[in-house]
Amino acid sequence: MIEIIDLTKRYGKFTALDSLNLKIEKGSVFGFVGQNGAGKSTTFSILATLLSPSSGTAYINGYNISKEPKAVRSQIGYMPDFFGVYDQLKADEYLNFYGASYGISQSERKKLIPQLLELVNLTHKQDSYVDVLSRGMKQRLCLARSLIHDPEVLILDEPASGLDPRARVEMREILKELKNMGKTILISSHILPELAEMCDVIGIIDQGKLVAEGSVAEIQKRLQGEKLIIAKLYRELDKAVNFFEDQPLVSQLVRKDDGESLQFMFNGTIEEQVQLLKAALSHDIPIVSFSEIETNLEDVFMEITKGVELS
Amino acid sequence: MRNLFLNPVLNKEFKLRFRSFKSFLGLSFYLLALSIIIIGFIYIQTQNSPMGLFRPEQSKSMFMLLSFIQMGLILFITPGLTAGIISGEREKQTLNILLTTNQSSTSIILGKLISSVSFLLLMIIASMPIYSIVFLFGGISPGQVGTILGYYIFTILVFGSIGIFFSTLVRRTIIAMVSTYGVTLFLTAGTAFLFAVTMSVNQMGITSNNPIPYFFVMLNPIMILFGFLEPDAFRELSSQTGMGIDFPLWAANLISYTIIFLIMIVISIRKLRPNMKVKSKG
Repeated sequence: MIEIIDLTKRYGKFTALDSLNLKIEKGSVFGFVGQNGAGKSTTFSILATLLSPSSGTAYINGYNISKEPKAVRSQIGYMPDFFGVYDQLKADEYLNFYGASYGISQSERKKLIPQLLELVNLTHKQDSYVDVLSRGMKQRLCLARSLIHDPEVLILDEPASGLDPRARVEMREILKELKNMGKTILISSHILPELAEMCDVIGIIDQGKLVAEGSVAEIQKRLQGEKLIIAKLYRELDKAVNFFEDQPLVSQLVRKDDGESLQFMFNGTIEEQVQLLKAALSHDIPIVSFSEIETNLEDVFMEITKGVELS
Repeated sequence: MRNLFLNPVLNKEFKLRFRSFKSFLGLSFYLLALSIIIIGFIYIQTQNSPMGLFRPEQSKSMFMLLSFIQMGLILFITPGLTAGIISGEREKQTLNILLTTNQSSTSIILGKLISSVSFLLLMIIASMPIYSIVFLFGGISPGQVGTILGYYIFTILVFGSIGIFFSTLVRRTIIAMVSTYGVTLFLTAGTAFLFAVTMSVNQMGITSNNPIPYFFVMLNPIMILFGFLEPDAFRELSSQTGMGIDFPLWAANLISYTIIFLIMIVISIRKLRPNMKVKSKG
């Protein structure tokens, strides 16, 4: 279980993380989504005991990151967003080194390493030098490395970044397997749909603050009060703009590039939406089509990180 | 001690450093160069001798020449080997992963230090049979050779600790390297220069019983090496510079260098990982 309490990190006047509070239950997969620089890696670095917080604290399986960093390190498997590998080490030697670093006996390491290589589909590469592996293979090997001491909590910072579509799918499959193994996983990405499929809960972080938290369905539902509507017109675009601008439930009105459509956010019920269309027609606005655009996950993410405080 | 030699960092670094053909080649070239110097020295001396003999005092001069060459090599190579060991890992983005393992900071720092200077130690130890040629001609006792070897290892560890200190504190390898070479230059050329200046001040009679030259000699590894090679001449120097301090310079050097070593290592260990304690309440 991970519990983050008022975690703050400041660099001079810049606040990278602003009073973050979070609770991730044992065995659940939490997706941390945010743009680059939103505070994801800062949070992960603090949880991995690589960065000290300015204030606040966090607990991993009951161990305090500030007071018991050594115990925390034995509980977590950490995979950073950018990492290097040692030249001239073979894949199995790479895992062997980290196994020894965690104090795992040689006989145990001998049994573990083939299993881990199999888990990440790298058995055929065990005698290959790590620096000649492809990026996807290195990512998988690093994931295997983070599992070598059988941690209960996995902290994975953008594990699929920079991978080709096939490698992404492979990585996703491995993570699903880890989820089935009952690991508590904290995973980050700046791409929401990438996480949606495998995460139980998603947190959206923007400018160091958690702006939304819940299941993907919950987050989408919260935004459903605001619908994105597109209206196609036959002439009289200026008249339509004036009309819609005067409507209290309409916001963020935009003229589309085609010169004949308008797009706006509508914050009302379905009945109010019908009334709006009726009113527009009664004002002789020549509407050809009037439809709601289905918001996908990317739209949700874009909408939330625009500054809408939801939580 | 057992833990130190079961150190994963040490094992890994040994594997990486010694498995490459370049290491073997480097060692071979070094021993070849040393052999050429010795054979050349003996050849020149016997050619210049009317009887074609190589006398014990010439053997001692050869040993001294080799000893200063090796010391120069140690002072030149050690900063280069050690000043990048932590900052280099940071730049290669391998340090973060290493720091999240269960290995203690002490184990990482000592493992890194010993592994980085191990190749230099191997070079020095491998050159010992070549050194032993002096025993054929006399002039040097096995005890002196042993003392010199011990002092080399000590010097490597002390200057290595200065390298690892800067490597831990400074993020960029190049800056760590320049800083380490700067300190090495101060402890060699700098202290020699300051010794000369303070001695000349003493001789001019401006000050009396001034012990400052003693402290500069104490910090200079080349002068201490000279003391091991020429104990009589060094005693004379010691009595001139001591100005009332009746303590062997070599012992003062060992104590001061041990203190420097311990300070460098302790700070490196403490600074390797961040202090996770919250510094201020936000």
